[in-house]
Amino acid sequence: MKQVNIRSAKNLVMTFLMFSATVAVLIPLAIIFIHIAKMGFSSISLDFFTSIPKPTGETGGGMANGIVGSGVLIAMASAIGLPIGIFGAIYLVEYGGGKLSSIIRFAADVLNGIPSIITGMVAYTLIVVPMKGFSALAGAVALALIMIPIVLRTAEEQLKMVPNSLREASLALGVPLWRTTFRVTLRSALKGVATGVLLAIARIAGETAPLLFTALGNMFWSKKLTEPIAAMPLQIFNFAISPYEDWHRLAWAGALVLVMFMFTISLATRYFSRQRN
Amino acid sequence: MGIKLKLEGVNVFFGNNRAVKDVNIDFHANMVTAIIGPSGCGKSTVLRSINRMHDMVPSARVTGKILLDQTDIYEKNADPVSIRRRIGMVFQKPNPFPAMSIYDNVIAGYKLNGRANRQESDEIVEGSLKRVALWDEVKDRLKKSAMELSGGQQQRLCIARTIAVRPEVILMDEPCSALDPIATAKIEELINELKEQYTVAIVTHNMQQAARVSDYTAFLYLGELIEFDRTGKIFTNPEKKHTEDYITGRFG
Ligand SMILES: Nc1ncnc2c1ncn2[C@@H]1O[C@H](COP(=O)(O)OP(=O)(O)O)[C@@H](O)[C@H]1O
Ligand SMILES: [Mg+2]
Repeated sequence: MKQVNIRSAKNLVMTFLMFSATVAVLIPLAIIFIHIAKMGFSSISLDFFTSIPKPTGETGGGMANGIVGSGVLIAMASAIGLPIGIFGAIYLVEYGGGKLSSIIRFAADVLNGIPSIITGMVAYTLIVVPMKGFSALAGAVALALIMIPIVLRTAEEQLKMVPNSLREASLALGVPLWRTTFRVTLRSALKGVATGVLLAIARIAGETAPLLFTALGNMFWSKKLTEPIAAMPLQIFNFAISPYEDWHRLAWAGALVLVMFMFTISLATRYFSRQRN
Repeated sequence: MGIKLKLEGVNVFFGNNRAVKDVNIDFHANMVTAIIGPSGCGKSTVLRSINRMHDMVPSARVTGKILLDQTDIYEKNADPVSIRRRIGMVFQKPNPFPAMSIYDNVIAGYKLNGRANRQESDEIVEGSLKRVALWDEVKDRLKKSAMELSGGQQQRLCIARTIAVRPEVILMDEPCSALDPIATAKIEELINELKEQYTVAIVTHNMQQAARVSDYTAFLYLGELIEFDRTGKIFTNPEKKHTEDYITGRFG
């Protein structure tokens, strides 16, 4: 009888500890979310999405150029990073990868671990210096370097999960390996690969450091991809460290929009991963 | 009748492991040749060397000659893709394309190669499904997923998919091992009909099945061909003691 009591007491303590741990995980998330929502909602207006920042001292203005700039940077980085990541994974899994496989995997893991500020410095040396100026292009390359290992590794995992019997069914019908890869294997791994792509986009959407000396940011509409371009994280950073109350409000609004964007992507990822099977 | 396919001194290596040793088998045109032997003796490995499926396995290496109409399919400039169009394969576990409808599965060989025209497709699908006696069972649900079919129906669908591309040789790797006796009987009946038009090679671990469906039988053991002869001879009066022990169930 006594033993049973001790056991149920232990059980109660453990349950309480685990419950506390769960709460400890949720609390920071809730604090961040509530705080950003409180500060951001009051500052969001139609202007925030439609106008560019006003010169210092004037009130109002928005982050339209930052939102569009982030969109442009993400699109360009995806255009560079997705093909490299996905084709790399196809090479590793479908074409055996040969002696290069372990080198590619190692390079991807190292690239994944490199602090993003250093990725920015690399893009600076590779593109900003030779082209003699900060540019959207340089920013996109820096972001692509962050995307590649994420996409490559997730796509590799997903392709490996496609059963061999499916590839063989196609090959045995006289379908060449490359067609089999795109129309059977990749298609069957599509949702998983899409999840990896979304995760990579979510990751780069919030990156500030690699843009500091590549895309640089500006206060107006950019006209060329070889010129500096605004981006939301850069604008949030610049406005937050400015001494102006009005800009602080814009920074909060920007933070809220960015967090909502991430939230949407997380939901989409969950949707995709639940869809499988 | 001529010899459609000839294995001459075929070896298959996986790394340093020689899984198939110096095998010679003649596959007669419009006949069924069975490959029997205990599990792990290299039956699948022999069969897969015939349509160059080992190309996908980096560690695998095939030596010797495999002559299809006197031309070596492992010749330097032989094209594995066109060889696989001439030598189709049906696998142990039915493997229809899960994301495709019944109709699309049958026409997959054309569709995946990007050459399927509507009118022609309809004819090929109907013809192939009738050939495997599946048409009446599925004609009202051609657009439904192939995964809704029973195992036996899926296997007949896979055979329909294989004959849709009009191969000359059909390889079957234990095509009934995942099926119940009724479905098995249907497939065996089908094999008997298929040989009118095709050269058939079937791997089976079921000796009654080999005796029922095949004209020639090859007995493999530990990667070596022990005996190859007319099925009647193998099952009534084998040359080798080893063969006799196996077919009478004394080992394996
Ligand atoms: N992909 C492979 N990689 C390495 N070894 C293999 C592979 N496939 C088959 N083998 C080897 O070849 C031998 C014969 O296998 P298999 O042809 O599948 O036998 P069976 O079909 O007669 O049961 C086995 O011993 C196995 O270890
Ligand atoms: Mg086998």
